[in-house]
Amino acid sequence: MSKRSWPLWEVFIRSKNGLHHKHVGSLHATDSQMALENARDVYTRRNEGISIWVVESKSITASDPAQGEELFEPAADKIYRHPTFYKLPDEVKHI
Amino acid sequence: MSTKEALFDYVIRQADNCLILGQRLGEWCGHGPVLEQDIAMTNIALDLIGQSRSLYQYAADVEGKGKTEDDLAYLRDVWQFKNLLLVEQPNQDFAYTIARQFYFDNFNFLFYQALTESADEQLKAIAQKSLKEVRYHVKWSSDWILRLGDGTDESHERINRAITDLWSYTGEFFNNNEVDNAMIDAKIGTDLTGLKPKWEQKIGSILEEATLEVPAGEWMQSGGKEGKHSEHLGYILADLQFLQRAYPGAKW
Repeated sequence: MSKRSWPLWEVFIRSKNGLHHKHVGSLHATDSQMALENARDVYTRRNEGISIWVVESKSITASDPAQGEELFEPAADKIYRHPTFYKLPDEVKHI
Repeated sequence: MSTKEALFDYVIRQADNCLILGQRLGEWCGHGPVLEQDIAMTNIALDLIGQSRSLYQYAADVEGKGKTEDDLAYLRDVWQFKNLLLVEQPNQDFAYTIARQFYFDNFNFLFYQALTESADEQLKAIAQKSLKEVRYHVKWSSDWILRLGDGTDESHERINRAITDLWSYTGEFFNNNEVDNAMIDAKIGTDLTGLKPKWEQKIGSILEEATLEVPAGEWMQSGGKEGKHSEHLGYILADLQFLQRAYPGAKW
């Protein structure tokens, strides 16, 4: 058997209607169809989801952790960008 | 044979199919070719063992001797098991496991589908619930037949050997015995010979797509439904039943 490993895929699961897909982990598969089925077997065994997306990991462009300072820290002291000065009614959820 | 005795045997047979195949697939746990397929096989094993539990519970009710599902799974000997010979065949390698699963899943799907028309409400309900699981099993094993058959030279050769070697165990699916005839008369069971053309058509089209040929052998094994098993079943039961035999009544 070939020892080369299969491509890596990232798995996103929507846990219920109205919520967005959330990254849950990764797995190996030869193609997108197998990745979907593997994701079903590996990540939805305990009723975690109603919809699955898979994306080949190499298709993802990631930010460079070394650039963390210039990318993210400038936002840290700009609290006026958060809507924390409003009073929300209790009935409003998922904000 | 009374209808009740026939019903007990009929339910036990399907329960044994599910339990023994589930136990076989469970042997892959921790040994799968890749992690993802290791989990896929154990998921299917758990589906099958779940189905066997529902069926054993019902069989125990039908028998009416106050037994439990555990008594039926753990305290019967080889000749009292009525499973098909196919499901007790060893895993050997991934190709054999897939071939065994492919043949059985496609039969199992048609069998449960037929039982959704059963006059027996309990059997009908179990069949309806199980069908959802089995539909996925069929997809999984059929996909692997395609991948292996239409894959590399080595995978093609190995799956071809597996489907050929296991072919002689498929004839037993479609033999009606005394129990089947009693269940057909009571409108509880289905005429197994009627499932054969559908099974052959499904198997044939997938094998063709997988660049494989339907094995030509006409001589078929049989005996499982009458409790006449291959030597493998005793070893499976030794594994499965050891604890209850050595420590009767042991609980978690």
